Amino acid sequence: MKTLTSVIAATAIAALTATGIVSAEPKSGGTLIMGTTQKARHLNPAVQSGIATAVPGTQIFATPLRFDENWKAQPYLAESWSTSEDGKSITLNLRKNATFHDGKPITSEDVAFSLETVKQNHPFKSMFAPVVSVDTPDAHTAVLNFDKAHPAAFLAMSGALLPIIPKHVYGDGQNAKTHPANSKPVGSGPFKFVEFKQGEHIILEKYENYFIEGRPYLDKIIIKNYKDSTSATLAMDKGEINFLPFMSATRDIARLKKNKDLAVTNKGYEAVGPLNWLALNTSNQYLKDKRVRQAIGYSIDRNFIVNALHGGLSKLATGPVAPGSPYYAADVNKFDLDLDKAKSLLDEAGFKAGADGKRFSLKVDYIPGPSEMQKNVAEYLKPQLKKVGINVELRAAPDFPTWAKRVGGHDFDMSMDIVFNWGDPVIGVHRTYTCGNIRKGVIWSNTQSYCNEKVDGLLTMAASEQDQAKRISLYQDVQKIIVDDAPQIFLNTLPYHTAYSNKIGNAPLTIWGSMAPMDNVYIK
Amino acid sequence: MDLALIFLRRLSHAVLLVLAVLVLNFLLIHLAPGDPADVIAGEMGGATEEMLAEIRELYGLNKPVIVQLGIYLGRAVQGDLGQSFFYNAPVSELILGRIGPTILLVTAALSFAIFVGTFLGVLASYKPKGFLSGFVTLFAVIGYSAPIFWTGLMLVIVFAWLIPVFPIAGMYDVTLDNGPVGRVLDILHHLILPALTLGIVYIAQYARLTRASMLEILGSDYIRTARAKGVSGPKIYGYHALRNAIIPIVTIAGLQFGSIVSGAVLVETVFSWPGLGTLAFDSILARDYPTVLGILFFSAVLVIVANLITDIVYRFVDPRIRTGG
Repeated sequence: MKTLTSVIAATAIAALTATGIVSAEPKSGGTLIMGTTQKARHLNPAVQSGIATAVPGTQIFATPLRFDENWKAQPYLAESWSTSEDGKSITLNLRKNATFHDGKPITSEDVAFSLETVKQNHPFKSMFAPVVSVDTPDAHTAVLNFDKAHPAAFLAMSGALLPIIPKHVYGDGQNAKTHPANSKPVGSGPFKFVEFKQGEHIILEKYENYFIEGRPYLDKIIIKNYKDSTSATLAMDKGEINFLPFMSATRDIARLKKNKDLAVTNKGYEAVGPLNWLALNTSNQYLKDKRVRQAIGYSIDRNFIVNALHGGLSKLATGPVAPGSPYYAADVNKFDLDLDKAKSLLDEAGFKAGADGKRFSLKVDYIPGPSEMQKNVAEYLKPQLKKVGINVELRAAPDFPTWAKRVGGHDFDMSMDIVFNWGDPVIGVHRTYTCGNIRKGVIWSNTQSYCNEKVDGLLTMAASEQDQAKRISLYQDVQKIIVDDAPQIFLNTLPYHTAYSNKIGNAPLTIWGSMAPMDNVYIK
Repeated sequence: MDLALIFLRRLSHAVLLVLAVLVLNFLLIHLAPGDPADVIAGEMGGATEEMLAEIRELYGLNKPVIVQLGIYLGRAVQGDLGQSFFYNAPVSELILGRIGPTILLVTAALSFAIFVGTFLGVLASYKPKGFLSGFVTLFAVIGYSAPIFWTGLMLVIVFAWLIPVFPIAGMYDVTLDNGPVGRVLDILHHLILPALTLGIVYIAQYARLTRASMLEILGSDYIRTARAKGVSGPKIYGYHALRNAIIPIVTIAGLQFGSIVSGAVLVETVFSWPGLGTLAFDSILARDYPTVLGILFFSAVLVIVANLITDIVYRFVDPRIRTGG
């Protein structure tokens, strides 16, 4: 076995310092009071994806790796690791001093158990689908064996994606999805569970025997629920809370930017990669023609959406990978506004305008809830597409399940949608484009019914390509094809921002942002 | 009629009513498109067919609705309200954890509304064409017309943001470690705006009702007789008139308990008050059938109990009912 990466703990701390994760003069004590509008079902990210569980979950549970703001893997529960030459196995060397919050040691058995639990229960099946076994030659060595090289495993072992959960608690035979310990977890990370009142608050406190000496600096983390962004923003403005991540309402962001006691940044969302797009059902009688889809792309002024509708706080999205990711391709068809080209494409496709200027009608769905990214953009589409002869009718849904039923069931023409990249493209991107993932009834699968064998081939190759430069190149090639095929019209990234008090040092701004351990955050 | 007999008769009605509430709501909620598996998939950011099937199997959602209804009712009569799909906890535990804050909010709002409303009504009846009477009438119209959520938002903007004397949301400040007395004071501090919001609509109603009722009674013969006998003004108002004027208020208070509980849904949502209303709101959006049904069951019981108490209170307030049977 050839060691590709081997980092010892001491040099790792130095690396953390060099990459700016650790700044000068941290001190112990104080409470981080975080506001959120997300209501967690429970606190176990091994069986529950999503921001609501991930933010507290990453404080309670440690993962084998963590990533810095430059997308570089750093030691966490694994103090070092190595990859076999053929890429089919990764060996993790665990810290020997790590314990769960009940004092029992964290061993390779727990890593194997956690991975199996995630593989069985987590919705992102692609994360660990190639794992065939996990060997545990000793208590502090875990070897992940894959049926093919699987570089996505590195990002899948960070953030909230592979929490190390105690086998002696969760391995009692109860269903992991409904295990009582999900709401009263025994963790492995920097903060231990104190109290969880659903929809009200979560209280965590410093774990004194945390495996990184001297950390965490904070005594407590309190996560307070607010009913909406406005209430949370008011609380932040008043100083009731000192940390507010995942802000997406542009008026609220602009408002907090004016508060001199606060810092407001869009850093920390690079791995999440949140995209807002217009999904086109390629089995629709009009939309099955690529030229019609492209014509819709040329009809939409994305600069208007970003600058006028979102106050310049979102960014242009140009493809299935969000800007900020190393896999992002800038060199794709940008579909700059060109109404004449749109009209000629529609003519070519055989949909000539009638005497009244109309060609055909399409419905557009949108996710109910905050309207800025969804309803407002959908409303903009109506007059805009009318300019090229497409009559657009908005179809509202009273709640999320209704929308999910329609889009998941392929009962739609066009729909606004928000989809996250979740770090590696294997995790959050492939699912939307592979022919094998056209699954009726499953939301956020390939609901556009898009199938291109060339895309499938490139995605398969990229998934197991070990050379990072080649992998990036493969993903850039595939993005060009997807964007040109236009199963979606990529509009913008969500304007996620984090507001935090100037008194907070080392705010969590790595690629996973607040979905990463806050063991180095401190109160000045 | 004997009080125990009334109680038993009401109880038998109540059981049938609760059963009807459960069956009707069970069927209604299943008519809506989408199911909890879609919500859970949404929360998770994705799913697979196998996972959706597993969730449906886990919660029995793959069975025909009528079978699900039978299973639910069978468990409900044994006191088992099921497991929340969304919160991954027993429904009875969730409800018991939330019922206290709702009762606190509703009783605070109702008591506040009755006392202030009655007081304003009596004041207004003193000089029916005076300034105060006009003010009370105007206040009643505004208070009754303003949507409850709007009133709440306005109070938040004024008293939590522009003049920051009250907290924005929640029932207490979890970040404060101020002992039991401090916690009680903190809860009262948090209670003022939501109780005021919920109470304003009812203050208006009680003020109008008391004013009208007082004016009618003050014009009656026995009051004139009392005045002729030289009974003092305060005694006439406080003892002779108000005691009779208060009967319709007790009636309305009892009848309004149901609507005030539903009003609490809006107020709790605006103020993130951790009661049954917030739980109901979240559960409906999450298609969390067992929790929604559990809450409806509880609120039905609450309304029935309130009506029963109203009946009993009548008998103490109005001796004619007590003796007349």
